[in-house]
Amino acid sequence: MADLGTDALEVRDGVDRETVETVQNMGSYKYGWETEIEMEYAPKGINEDIVRLISEKNEEPEWMTEWRLKAFRRWQDMTLPTWAMLDIPAIDYQDQYYYARPKSMSVKPKSLDEVDPKLLATYEKLGIPLKEQMILAGVEGAGDTPAEARKVAVDAVFDSVSVGTTFKDELAKAGVIFCSISEAVREHPELVKKYLGTVVPASDNFFSALNAAVFSDGSFVYIPPGVRCPMELSTYFRINAENTGQFERTLIIADKGSYVSYLEGCTAPKRDVAQLHAAVVEIVILEDAEVKYSTVQNWFPGDEDGKGGIYNFVTKRADCREARAKIMWTQVETGSAITWKYPSCLLRGEESQGEFYSIAITNNHQQADTGTKMIHLGKNTRSRIVSKGISAGHAQNTYRGQVSMHPKATNSRNYTQCDSLLIGDKCGAHTVPYIEVKNNSSRVEHEATTSKVDDDQLFYCRARGMDEEEAVALVVNGFCREVLQALPMEFAMEAQSLVAISLEGSVG
Amino acid sequence: MSTTTLASAKPETAPQEPLALRLAALDLPVGGFTRAARADALTRLQAMGLPKGRDEYWRYTNPAAFNQPQPNALPVDESVLDSPLFTSIDRLRLVFVDGRFDAAASDELKGEGLEIASLATADAQADHWAAGVYGKLETAGQTPVARPFAALNTLAATDGVLIRVTGKVSRPVHLVYRRSDPLADVHLHHVLKLEAGSELTLLETGMVGARSNAVIEADLAKGAQLHHIAAKRAGYQKVGISQIFARVDAEALFKSFNLQVNGTLMRNESVLEIVGDDAVAHIAAAVLGDGRVGPFHQDDTVFITHAAERCESRQVYKKVLKSGARGVFQGKILVKPGAQKTDGYQISQALLLDDDSEFLAKPELEIYADDVKCSHGSTTGALDETALFYLRSRGVPKERATVLLVLSFLAAALEEVDDLRLRDEISERLDEWLTSRASELDPSGNGASAKA
Repeated sequence: MADLGTDALEVRDGVDRETVETVQNMGSYKYGWETEIEMEYAPKGINEDIVRLISEKNEEPEWMTEWRLKAFRRWQDMTLPTWAMLDIPAIDYQDQYYYARPKSMSVKPKSLDEVDPKLLATYEKLGIPLKEQMILAGVEGAGDTPAEARKVAVDAVFDSVSVGTTFKDELAKAGVIFCSISEAVREHPELVKKYLGTVVPASDNFFSALNAAVFSDGSFVYIPPGVRCPMELSTYFRINAENTGQFERTLIIADKGSYVSYLEGCTAPKRDVAQLHAAVVEIVILEDAEVKYSTVQNWFPGDEDGKGGIYNFVTKRADCREARAKIMWTQVETGSAITWKYPSCLLRGEESQGEFYSIAITNNHQQADTGTKMIHLGKNTRSRIVSKGISAGHAQNTYRGQVSMHPKATNSRNYTQCDSLLIGDKCGAHTVPYIEVKNNSSRVEHEATTSKVDDDQLFYCRARGMDEEEAVALVVNGFCREVLQALPMEFAMEAQSLVAISLEGSVG
Repeated sequence: MSTTTLASAKPETAPQEPLALRLAALDLPVGGFTRAARADALTRLQAMGLPKGRDEYWRYTNPAAFNQPQPNALPVDESVLDSPLFTSIDRLRLVFVDGRFDAAASDELKGEGLEIASLATADAQADHWAAGVYGKLETAGQTPVARPFAALNTLAATDGVLIRVTGKVSRPVHLVYRRSDPLADVHLHHVLKLEAGSELTLLETGMVGARSNAVIEADLAKGAQLHHIAAKRAGYQKVGISQIFARVDAEALFKSFNLQVNGTLMRNESVLEIVGDDAVAHIAAAVLGDGRVGPFHQDDTVFITHAAERCESRQVYKKVLKSGARGVFQGKILVKPGAQKTDGYQISQALLLDDDSEFLAKPELEIYADDVKCSHGSTTGALDETALFYLRSRGVPKERATVLLVLSFLAAALEEVDDLRLRDEISERLDEWLTSRASELDPSGNGASAKA
């Protein structure tokens, strides 16, 4: 295949002009626009005063402020981890804003009707409805979806603050708490105090410490015992302000015998200067409860030359604390200039289960180092990892994972499959698994393959009238099928088209 | 053992305290043709220092026993002389006692298509063909991961064998290791230079020293073929590190097989660089560790670089572990940009015969070329109860069935030995060894096969 990126528009034999133009017109990143809105910022940089200011803006109790300050002091002694296969440009932590909120949000709107229409319009343009009668975009296109639309409750986070949360009342009837984390700190301090930082301690790593110090908002979910959450919950993160980092924190608690499916989406405007995003997601799952956590990560990936984009440093961890708890992580990672993300599963309860399904696509100059950890501590625990990495352009894509069977985790199982696909000869695909087995009644299997898009499959598609871009998208979708099938339907639609969009320009 | 030698070899005091102590305990040769290489190794070693337990490359193996200045005493077992392996074939025997070449006990150093000398003898000269290889491949193998003990070996090696092969050598060269000193801290450095189209089989058996650090540098020119088979006796308290650095040119074939049974701490690093098109490099090991007779920790660390087109590499690692034995595998395939049509395969498998044993693996792929076929697999588990049941239901006694299953588990590694005479001999010896211990292999210990 020819060189990618800038050379990709060269017309080759057999590729008609129309194909090339279609590719040109697709304009790579759909969500790169900006909302013109008046913002207010905390002063640039990070120090104890900024940490206090963020705590104050969120009207937090003293214990929370102290918790943040402790994390901040800890962070100051920590250094950026260097083990990932990432080339991370120096980040000046003093040269950015840690808090930015739309001015209209300085007085908390009591309901969504009071929210600045500009903000509502932003989410509408993103396909995220903040009106309860609407359903999540993407479903209309699904063709034979049932007539009765599925409801999805949305918490919308804009830069540092939550703009609003839909279906709160209906959820409350079922006993489900779904609100912004800042609200939870005020309204449900006992739950927050009990669980915050118990899965990802502030000192866990460099970015989790930074997040603990300066996180401004995020979502909080509590599903009471025996409740099956009546609708899917979703948080949509939008970075809009310039030179601003977004540090959100999500805490999900699934009490005994409950079930929830949670979706997460994110986008950011196109800018020349890279922006920082360091999130922490903690999930606590108690006896017989199940959580499905699905992410479509579509932060601005930077331009064709690798300028700009989001640096995405995320710590996500689920703690299957009691027997038969179950977590399923599904992620589609197509955005971000740099991705550093390892959604992990602590399988402590007996017969608890962890699953991780991932598609990571890197194109142009994107870098991704992502994977999972399956820490088997309880007896008869099970885990499954299916990771599909696709690398094109000048991108580097690494799967990094750990499967650990502790001596007491007898009769446990793990199956890992990581496949990498390379499109073009300037990119890289890497696999770095750690497999640690400390008992013999457990069975661990790991398989990994790396290959290129199969010429025969491409030829077959082309022979049936598809252009090269379409053919590659189809083959790649086939390659990702196992993971796409694990996604909730709304996301599967979006993910499928994202796969095609993320790879555009990669076939020359 | 002299601080004086150290002082003369090393004008400036190194900042790394453990390294200074380690060097002070050694009698560092000045070297003849190796002098420049040894001086360079010292400089490099001082820059890298000794490994620390928290180094990523030593994640699963504690380097302390290699770092300590003196080896622990390892009594010499008089009943164990030469390994009975490979006695049935015609071979050129070279005997090393405590890491020193013993000319009287060895065959005459000559053979058709062979130029052969001991390092100690050759190093009296200022000039030698081996100067073009000695320390060179080791240096190249220090990137991207530092291997301090290999640099230490280049600096401190007292003996070894230098073999230049110009034709097809029919008689294998057999290095036989013996011990007489319970405190021998041995640094052996072998250099193999295979000229275009030449062929050599190198065998290694016996026990090198109380603590050993061995390096093989193998330079394979176009179309050359090297078959390396090691079955070094480990003994239960053995501490040893061995390193192979191979450079494989176009159409050449490199094959290395290692049988390792017992040993307190064993680390094998294999650094293969495939630099010419259409070359083949295979590396395999069969490992048996029983923690009941003493601590067992065995680590295979492999780094294969593909820097040419249409090359094939294969790593086959099989470990059978019981009673608290720990097996480690760190394997990496690096495919450089432009190394198209690479076929890289890696399998690491552990059979844990009981609940105390551990297998820790880090099988890595790093790939910068798109038209490649690379895969790796790693599995860990217990003996297959269904297979055991099948054999027993056909009248095979339980102990025999267990031995058969262990042998069949190891078979894929043994298949990497091309010479059937040698393969059969190793296989028979393994069978004998396992059969004599069959009652200990029983996973449940009391004949019950109820484990799920």
